[in-house]
Amino acid sequence: MSFVEYSDCIQDGDVAIVYLGHESMTPVKVKRGAQTQTRYGVIRHSTDLIGQRYGSKVTCSKGGWVYVLHPTPELWTVNLPHRTQILYTTDIATITMMLELKPGSVVCESGTGSGSLSHAILRTIAPTGHLHTVEFHQQRSEKVLEEFKEHRVDHLVTVRNQDACKDGFGVTGVADAVFLDIPSPWEAVRHAKAAMKKHGGRVCSFSPCIEQVQKTCEAFSDQGFEDINSIEVLLRVHDVRTVYLPLPDFGPDPSAQIQPDSTITPPQNHASIAVKTTIPPRDVQGHTGYLTFATKPRT
Amino acid sequence: MGDNVDDDSLYKIKEGDYVVLKRGDVFKAVQIQTKKKVIFEKQWFFLDNAVGQLYSTTFELASGGILQPRKPKDPESSTDTKGAGTDNRNIQDDGKSQKLTRDDIETLKEQGLKGQEIIQQLIDNSSTFKDKTEYAQDKYIKKKKKKYENIVTILKPSCRILAMMYHGREPGKICHLRYDTLAQMLTLANIHANSKVLVFETCAGLVLGSVMERMGGFGSVIQMYPGGGPVRAGVESFGFPAHFHDTLHEFPICHLNALIAGTLDTTAKDPSADLKESDMAAEVKTEAEVKTEAEVKTEAEVKTEAEVKTEAEVKTEAEQKGSPEEQSMETNSGANGSLVPKKEEEEEKRREAKAQEKKVKQEEKRKKLAAAASLLEGRNADGLVIASRFNPCPVLMALLKFLSPSRPFVVYSQYKECLIECYTKLKEQGGTVNLKLTDYWLRHYQVLPNRTHPVLLMSGGGGYLLSGTTVAAERSKPAALRRDEEPAPKRQKVTETEG
Repeated sequence: MSFVEYSDCIQDGDVAIVYLGHESMTPVKVKRGAQTQTRYGVIRHSTDLIGQRYGSKVTCSKGGWVYVLHPTPELWTVNLPHRTQILYTTDIATITMMLELKPGSVVCESGTGSGSLSHAILRTIAPTGHLHTVEFHQQRSEKVLEEFKEHRVDHLVTVRNQDACKDGFGVTGVADAVFLDIPSPWEAVRHAKAAMKKHGGRVCSFSPCIEQVQKTCEAFSDQGFEDINSIEVLLRVHDVRTVYLPLPDFGPDPSAQIQPDSTITPPQNHASIAVKTTIPPRDVQGHTGYLTFATKPRT
Repeated sequence: MGDNVDDDSLYKIKEGDYVVLKRGDVFKAVQIQTKKKVIFEKQWFFLDNAVGQLYSTTFELASGGILQPRKPKDPESSTDTKGAGTDNRNIQDDGKSQKLTRDDIETLKEQGLKGQEIIQQLIDNSSTFKDKTEYAQDKYIKKKKKKYENIVTILKPSCRILAMMYHGREPGKICHLRYDTLAQMLTLANIHANSKVLVFETCAGLVLGSVMERMGGFGSVIQMYPGGGPVRAGVESFGFPAHFHDTLHEFPICHLNALIAGTLDTTAKDPSADLKESDMAAEVKTEAEVKTEAEVKTEAEVKTEAEVKTEAEVKTEAEQKGSPEEQSMETNSGANGSLVPKKEEEEEKRREAKAQEKKVKQEEKRKKLAAAASLLEGRNADGLVIASRFNPCPVLMALLKFLSPSRPFVVYSQYKECLIECYTKLKEQGGTVNLKLTDYWLRHYQVLPNRTHPVLLMSGGGGYLLSGTTVAAERSKPAALRRDEEPAPKRQKVTETEG
């Protein structure tokens, strides 16, 4: 198992995602001899997990069953321990495409936060790219490095514990793309520019507030960035349902009584039709943040 | 500092490169060919001067269709505006504010004035310009710039640029797949290097190319294609290095049933070869059809049968001589009618050579089919991406069989109902978890000091996605799956409030 390469079978030391039912999952560090409690009973790692194929069904001690899934950055995003506000897959997907990330890209990121986006970046730039991620909170930077090791992606990433606004990214002229998710991104724009390749590249800033966007756009423009573009992407989920709609009873229709009365059945009180349709969830995320993209020209 | 492999030669435009032309928000994919006229935004020009320049250079269009790299000194060279008004109470729309006439402007153009100079003339001759607010002045200049500045930027193609280009220019060709929806697909399917991905698409090759870009030439992609030949115009526009194409395999879905049943024969020179030939002959018909469908560029693969090959070749010739636009993404199929009559002996010789070549090609095609089949037979693919105009349900059901357990898949459809059908079927059948039916809402913003707001127009819809993860197949136990997703209706009543 690695977050950048699939394997078929679960091994000692892997991180696996246990799927318990609709939208309910939990990450498990697989360790010989260890046990994990679930609402369906105990999972014994040595017998139930190690050596099993990813995706297989595991029967727990109480007779209930779960699926064990191979980790992916997307599953990690919905299962990771939150130490900060995190980026979700909808924004991550947009960022990945708009920053033109691909195998071999060199990327700078700040802040690392809980590592949700970092894992997705690493997946995309492997096996030949590199991520320089900067986090000003020491404990968080240590914790995330530990996770990168557990997920076997640490060879692709450098974690720095510093303030991107003051100290930049620790590299100069190497990045194809820079991502900013910090309270005052406009203060880091010049550092972003310095970190990027001479030939140019793409930059993105994520901010929840429009005032931040305003200031960041000004900073991008002042630093000579081009094609500055701010967007917002929202996920809309459609829950598939069968709904039953009752039919109205208008009473007997005299004009329809052409046939002999004998065949007429009394109108049913509860006549209804089934419709397969989708409904929106009651509450949805209506805003995550604005994404501002720009291109650094050749300098 | 850093590794200064920032070698300029990597970023130079070369003859034969696939590039993207850009002006404002308009893109067009073309190949760099010297002495070839390109039409872009109603203007024609030659790309000869672009060769040797760096990517992302902006060129000015000089007379005679000559490109000249724009001097870096005048970025947004300031236009002299002389004061501004506070509001528009004194501005009348009487059509008399501009003193220059259409003819005057044409004369200026003929005198060889640059866009910038013409705009200055327009401002100087506008009686209302100085009364406009500075915001309105900004807008005015921007509008005129768009009209009179003859510039074009040459970019290196990327998934982002090509997806935006297709969406803007020819959404019909890519089943109206919006670029942000494509972005979601690539992420939801966990496309990455060193994996084995199945792609079924009728989006001109855009989706396939995007998957290949994300795999960076590591691993393998198997294009499952309908009809006579795989459509890959979009893939070419990416301008991938040659080794990327070694990772690309193809399998015709018309052989899928045989493959699943284990009766697909890919061995050489056996009695069934005849049978297969007639089989292929049937395919060729569809190939011809496919071509008339204005989906050019399938040629490389289509060249299996003699007749088709000749046609294809003549066509390529015609393309090169004749219509210059043929190489661009605009695939007008009309231009290939100019068949030059050849002498008979020549024709004869040609035919013989063709027959020989046909055999070789056929053998190649057989080998390719065998290679793709052996990749599929393991039924251990790592990802599945479907985006087509076909009814997705049968496609999904057939192709899911080839995925390993615990692997993601994603299906795009322009229509939600088709995906509801897929969802229902998967629920009945089992073998998948985390099913999600989604679409995306994309909004652009104008960000300017004191004038920040959403852009007036937005895309009404970018299509729908069904995504999920495979799990070990279940011996039909659909009832058990009831416990997730769709709750069984308790009572029959107006169930607007489903729990």
